[in-house]
Amino acid sequence: MREDKGFLKNVDGWLIFIYLVLVIVGWLNIYAAVYDENHSSIFDLSQKYGKQMLFMIAGFVIAILILLIDMRFFMNMAYVFYGLSIVLLIAVLVVGTRVSGQQAWFQIGGFSFQPAEIMKFATCLTLAKYLSSSGVNLKNASAKFVSLIIIFLPTVFILLQPDMGSALVFTAFILVLYREGLPTWYVWVGFAAVVIFVLDLLVPFWVLLVILGLATSVLIYLNKKTFRNIASAVLLFVAAAGFGYVANHAFEKLEPHQKDRINVLLGKEVDLKGVGYNVNQSKIAIGSGGFAGKGYLQGTQTKFNFVPEQSTDFIFCTVGEEWGFIGSTIILGLFLVLILRIVFLAERQRNTFARIYGYGVAAILFFHVLVNIGMAVGLLPVIGIPLPFFSYGGSSLWAFTLLLFVFIKQDASRIAF
Amino acid sequence: MRNPQAKRQSQIITMIVVVFVIFFARLFYLQIIDTSSQISANNNALRNVTQYPARGLIYDRNGKLLVYNEAVYDLMVIPGQVKEMDTVEFCKLIDISIEDFRKNLNKARRHSRFAPSVFEKQLSRETYGQLQERLFKFRGFYVQPRNLRKYPKPVAAHVLGYIGEVDERTIENNPYYKSGDYIGMSGLERFYEEYLRGWKGNKVLLVDVHNREKGSFRNGLYDTASIPGLSLQSTLDIDIQELAELLMQNKRGSVVAIEPATGEILAFVSSPGYDPNLLVGRVRSANFRKLNNDPQKPLFNRAIQAEYPPGSTFKIPQGLIAMQQGVVTEHSSFACDQSQVGCHPHPTVRNMRDAVKVSCNPYFVSAFRRIIQQNKDRNIFIDSRIGLEQWNKDIRSFGFGERLEIDLPHCRPGLIPTVAYYDRVYGENRWAFSNFRSVSIGQGELGIIPLQMANLAAIVANRGYYITPHLCRTLNDTIIPNRDFIQKRYTTVDPEHFESVVWGMYDAVHEPGGTARRARVDGIAVCGKTGTVQNPHGKNHATFIAFAPMDEPKIAIAVFIENSGFGGTWAAPIASLVIEKYLTGEVKRKELMQEMINAGFMTTKGH
Repeated sequence: MREDKGFLKNVDGWLIFIYLVLVIVGWLNIYAAVYDENHSSIFDLSQKYGKQMLFMIAGFVIAILILLIDMRFFMNMAYVFYGLSIVLLIAVLVVGTRVSGQQAWFQIGGFSFQPAEIMKFATCLTLAKYLSSSGVNLKNASAKFVSLIIIFLPTVFILLQPDMGSALVFTAFILVLYREGLPTWYVWVGFAAVVIFVLDLLVPFWVLLVILGLATSVLIYLNKKTFRNIASAVLLFVAAAGFGYVANHAFEKLEPHQKDRINVLLGKEVDLKGVGYNVNQSKIAIGSGGFAGKGYLQGTQTKFNFVPEQSTDFIFCTVGEEWGFIGSTIILGLFLVLILRIVFLAERQRNTFARIYGYGVAAILFFHVLVNIGMAVGLLPVIGIPLPFFSYGGSSLWAFTLLLFVFIKQDASRIAF
Repeated sequence: MRNPQAKRQSQIITMIVVVFVIFFARLFYLQIIDTSSQISANNNALRNVTQYPARGLIYDRNGKLLVYNEAVYDLMVIPGQVKEMDTVEFCKLIDISIEDFRKNLNKARRHSRFAPSVFEKQLSRETYGQLQERLFKFRGFYVQPRNLRKYPKPVAAHVLGYIGEVDERTIENNPYYKSGDYIGMSGLERFYEEYLRGWKGNKVLLVDVHNREKGSFRNGLYDTASIPGLSLQSTLDIDIQELAELLMQNKRGSVVAIEPATGEILAFVSSPGYDPNLLVGRVRSANFRKLNNDPQKPLFNRAIQAEYPPGSTFKIPQGLIAMQQGVVTEHSSFACDQSQVGCHPHPTVRNMRDAVKVSCNPYFVSAFRRIIQQNKDRNIFIDSRIGLEQWNKDIRSFGFGERLEIDLPHCRPGLIPTVAYYDRVYGENRWAFSNFRSVSIGQGELGIIPLQMANLAAIVANRGYYITPHLCRTLNDTIIPNRDFIQKRYTTVDPEHFESVVWGMYDAVHEPGGTARRARVDGIAVCGKTGTVQNPHGKNHATFIAFAPMDEPKIAIAVFIENSGFGGTWAAPIASLVIEKYLTGEVKRKELMQEMINAGFMTTKGH
């Protein structure tokens, strides 16, 4: 029996269990989302659900392989992975296949592969390795600088594809830096930037100036009225106004469909047949599920193709419609437990690398869930990124499997250190 | 807090939890509180009702209505929504048997459980009225209004064409069409399908548990209006179309009349035809089968699909080409030497005009020999190749051997023999003029469709050019469907060569000894040329082309009647009656008309 238990020794049962549930339920939901009476077997390999089954099996093989490999392998190879992934990102810009305006895929035969997915994993490893090396302290400017380079270098190439969704995912690593001691005001600046950016789109520039002016006055009023404080407040005002001005111009440079999506979210434009259509149909589908849902394969909104991208970005609609409030909260709850469990396990790691890596995994998963479900329930703009373990697609399933199981392996090996 | 890092850990955890709590709350709101999007939670359903646009009407050149729409009602079903119901009452209401009910429902289920299918087609207004009141008892069923085509006069079936349900292939290739939609299958209905059909709209209705419509979903936010089809003004003159069809009854053949100056087709008859009202509605498939199996082939559009040798009418382009090439002049004469080809007794032929008038065979054989063998090479075979090649260029400029781009589907190009053709038949350099002498006089290896013959008449009427014959004048009274329909296409023959031929055609009708004397119309200068097509399978085919009046012609016409013998006897009078009707507004020669109507040549089979 010892032989059999070999590679499962010390692994965290919670994580494995939630992983399996999500992947299998995801597969069943893809079947429901693209259900076609003419190809009613879930094992039909000509259909998405048949292919997802193959992806799933390959994912299990990857998971087992990772558990068999010495955990130090990934730590040692981190920079190599990072370099290779960057090369792939550059290569895809040259020899990749163009799919709906994005040059993000390698297509080899019937098989396609998205290097941005593997980049997330490589960046997570590298960031963990760099921050855990001796002598690196986030209090130093150089460490901050290198960390930000590690995180944002890939986004340059991903934005060239252009794939805004995948690029945005990398901002999740700021959470890791925060945990590792990045000063709080960095986060505040980031937060303020987002607020100004949104205000920028909602109100004319002069109104923004008035608001910023008022905020500055309040700031001055609340603090001691020393010259130093007043000068900093005025400087802050100038910087914020400058950012608002630049952001406004940057927004004008966005692709029209991205502009539209942001505008719809902010309620500036209500065009439910055009850009707002997806979100609105998604909300109707989820809402129509009610408390208990319509039952498996009984969803009408998804069946009638009201909801686009049902098997990938909008897979959560099928859950909402067919399984209702009960089903969606259970799935959401599983994601919550999964992420919190990773954070909890990360904190109990004895070596820094494993801890930082664990936070990276949690941050990426959290960001994906936040954006994907936020979009499906109409709280965030439509940004096409998959729901981890759930959405149709090999690249993303394997990348998430890799991310998670490398962490599980780290955690299982913790005793050995 | 023990240390700043532990503080940050709990901040991060708090943030994650807060986000998830917001999501839980949002789901709670969407799925439990906000009932507006809970369509099916209470067994309510959304129903997408397609708004079918009215198909464009079709008029004749004088604004008389040829095709209009009549409302009927398709009974639709969404199998997934059908619940237990009183099947017997239901079947009684729409007058079908229980077996049919089961069959239809299973068929719909096979198509899709969630998408609507047509359960029973084209209920009458009365059935619809009775059903409407009780429809609430039958969940999953609803009625979809549709338009059927109706024809005030039972004519011009081959021009107008018919509409029918789209087939699976079209549905796959064109996302506009859904199962059960109608599409133009032939004629103008097919050619101008995209203009006539308009654009479908969609209306989203809320339907309650009792299958009662609860009004528009969200005040019609998702509704799109349908766009009606464009109306089509045809070039046909329905009065002469009707007359021509009447004259052609009990005959196999075609009549095509063209306004020479514009290329507009005034009459277009393929006989036997059929009443277009037969291919409408529930009776369509049964009638279609009947027509399709009829040995006289009424669905076959002879005017653009039947290829015949043109007979002596072909002497006109032959004479013109000979003059253009300079191998004869309008004053050339040839002895009526019957050693190589037969002829009929006629006065001496002094020039081209006489030759056309009496249709002298040896004259045109000699002229064609000069076209083909111009002594450009000492080898007779090579010489014939050169000649045939040049002749091909000339004859094809008349629209022969090439597909006329008429606005009807499936128009045939016909056959004009090329060098390659005879190489295939006899072998390279193993043929010369003697092998195809009969082409001189329109017999042998020639395939000409009646439309091309009418176009020839138009070319002569125009003295050298034609405009692609067409059937659609305008769409919505303003749009000219195709620039080709206003473009002159010149033949390679110069206008001055036409005069002798035109006079010959005039003489043929008006002078003693002419072949087409039965085509005379009082007070109108008609120019015509008869033709008789040798038919090895039976009685000869008769053909006649004409235009009138001689100066500033208003109508050019070709008549082709299978198995009726000499062209002057039957084809010429029919053409003259159509000309008379078109130019004077009435037919004075009632007796001749009756004689033509009564004549029948459909007893002998074969073509």
